[in-house]
Amino acid sequence: MSDNLIELVDIEKHFGPVIALNGVSVSVKAGECHCLLGDNGAGKSTFIKTMSGVHKPTRGKILMEGKEVSFDSPRDAMEAGIATVYQDLAMIPLMSVTRNFWMGREPQKRFGPFKFFDFSQANEVTMTEMAKMGIHLRSPDQAVGTLSGGERQTVAISRAVFFGAKVLILDEPTSALGVRQTSNVLATIDKVRQKGIGVVFITHNVRHAMAVGDRFTVLNRGKTLGTAERGDIKAEELQDLMAGGQELAELEGSLGGTI
Amino acid sequence: MAETQSAAAPQKDERIREMSPMRKALIRPELGAICGTILVFMFFLGIASDSGMFAPEGIINWGTVSAQFAIIAVGACLLMIAGEFDLSVGSMIGFSGIIIALITVQWGFPAWFGILVAFAMALAIGALNGYLVIKTGLPSFIVTLAFLYILRGLTIFISIATTRKTIIGGVREAAEGDPIAWIFGGKVFSGLFVWLADLGIVGKFVAGPKAGQPVVEGIPMLMIWALILIVFGHILLTRTRFGNWIFAAGGDTQAARYVGVPVNRVKILMFMFSAFCATIFATCQVMEFGSAAADRGLLKEFEAIISVVIGGALLTGGYGSVVGAALGALIFGVVQQGLFFAGVESSLFRVFLGVILLLAVILNTYIRRMITGER
Repeated sequence: MSDNLIELVDIEKHFGPVIALNGVSVSVKAGECHCLLGDNGAGKSTFIKTMSGVHKPTRGKILMEGKEVSFDSPRDAMEAGIATVYQDLAMIPLMSVTRNFWMGREPQKRFGPFKFFDFSQANEVTMTEMAKMGIHLRSPDQAVGTLSGGERQTVAISRAVFFGAKVLILDEPTSALGVRQTSNVLATIDKVRQKGIGVVFITHNVRHAMAVGDRFTVLNRGKTLGTAERGDIKAEELQDLMAGGQELAELEGSLGGTI
Repeated sequence: MAETQSAAAPQKDERIREMSPMRKALIRPELGAICGTILVFMFFLGIASDSGMFAPEGIINWGTVSAQFAIIAVGACLLMIAGEFDLSVGSMIGFSGIIIALITVQWGFPAWFGILVAFAMALAIGALNGYLVIKTGLPSFIVTLAFLYILRGLTIFISIATTRKTIIGGVREAAEGDPIAWIFGGKVFSGLFVWLADLGIVGKFVAGPKAGQPVVEGIPMLMIWALILIVFGHILLTRTRFGNWIFAAGGDTQAARYVGVPVNRVKILMFMFSAFCATIFATCQVMEFGSAAADRGLLKEFEAIISVVIGGALLTGGYGSVVGAALGALIFGVVQQGLFFAGVESSLFRVFLGVILLLAVILNTYIRRMITGER
């Protein structure tokens, strides 16, 4: 079990009388893409928020490289190497790519008693990091608002990677994107994985999951339905598990097997 | 050679039109304010060039008024970019002035002590404004609107309760020879103007007690303060880590918090800075007039906000420029005094200002969309 970067064991999370998570176990190895699938309300969001330090689990353990840890804030989790790219991106569209990339961790250079934002270094690093991910910016002071959705995702991902993330959690990164942008983001996930970073890819699109996933865990009603290795499971089976099988089978029949 | 070309080729996105360097240099947040400034100057050069508006004493006249606007506009600008408003600026000006006058004239303390107390109180009130906004989560518009009334009321009350007047005079006499007061009320480079007058560039008084002295005594410290604050604000915003945090706090509070920007600290500090600027304005005014009045600074908060908006800042925060705000203040000052020089009915000032505000904001919106890709 020591090859697990992070392991979450029997996580339970209660919000008052609501049991959002009722025993979820997931582990992520270095260099793998672990897909977390589930329909709306399955507990995916609560689970990743627990993982990234937003919520404290009611019960259960979080092990980081074999040692038990407890996160009091997102900042704690970030320092331990867990970076989360949220659906709403944590990018500010009015600000330039460089300003966004370095937000909260601006490099400084000294000038007498004063410290200034070191733009020349920041711009250079931003440009090279973005180029590594296959995005060629017109200029680093271009506003993030002028980028496409996929490019914004990539900025957020490369920022997390650059600042030393060991585990990268992506919250439905492809849900609002077009076909071409989706493949760009999936390609980015592949590049990140090759660096030895563990990726947690949350989605409810089975095809996107099958494209890059090494392992698949399906959540339903706050519980893990099971984890499967790539090749052991077919897309249809995942789809069935996610929707709770029965009803979807009927639906699928009436829709001619198109979903 | 062919290889380097093919390596560079995929970097270009065929959907992005190349921008000419000229266009790139022009497309900036303060473009609207720059255009406005040029327009306003051309207009007054046309209708008021023979009125003495552009003679040295005329320039000092509208320069002083512009500097007044600029001082409070810098504070309002940084605060607005951080995503908040301060409507208590005007009341803060009245309050600080009365505090200084009470302490120095009424209670006989040295002027430097009065000034220090006023600044300390202003910073505390600014911090309280910020703290309440952060803790309650209420819009700063409401919280500072409350302080607009609270401070104004307190100012009038304190002034009447202690002196039975709303105007306290004699500050200049009390501040005579004070080590700090001249920083706010003094004039600099007077030697330069004597020299210029001897050269005949600046006129001299021909009669009266000041006969033989140049008509321009020197550059008022108010202008120096405006310049210092503009340069400080501009560098802080565009060249430092803290400046990035100001943009981030106003652009998206939640996103900024996720990446570890201390949003609360940034916002509270900006409220304090706004109050600090208001107190600089008040101190300069009190030292120049030699008196403080409880109704000083009325409507100044709106004049500051108008300057900032003419300067290209976004009312919802996260976008703007200190240089733009300073140009907005310049436009404001030139129009207000220029209409007086041109002998135009002064009530038209507001019409003029409204038109400029509207034009600048329309232009600014267009420019901002080009820069940020916002729709």
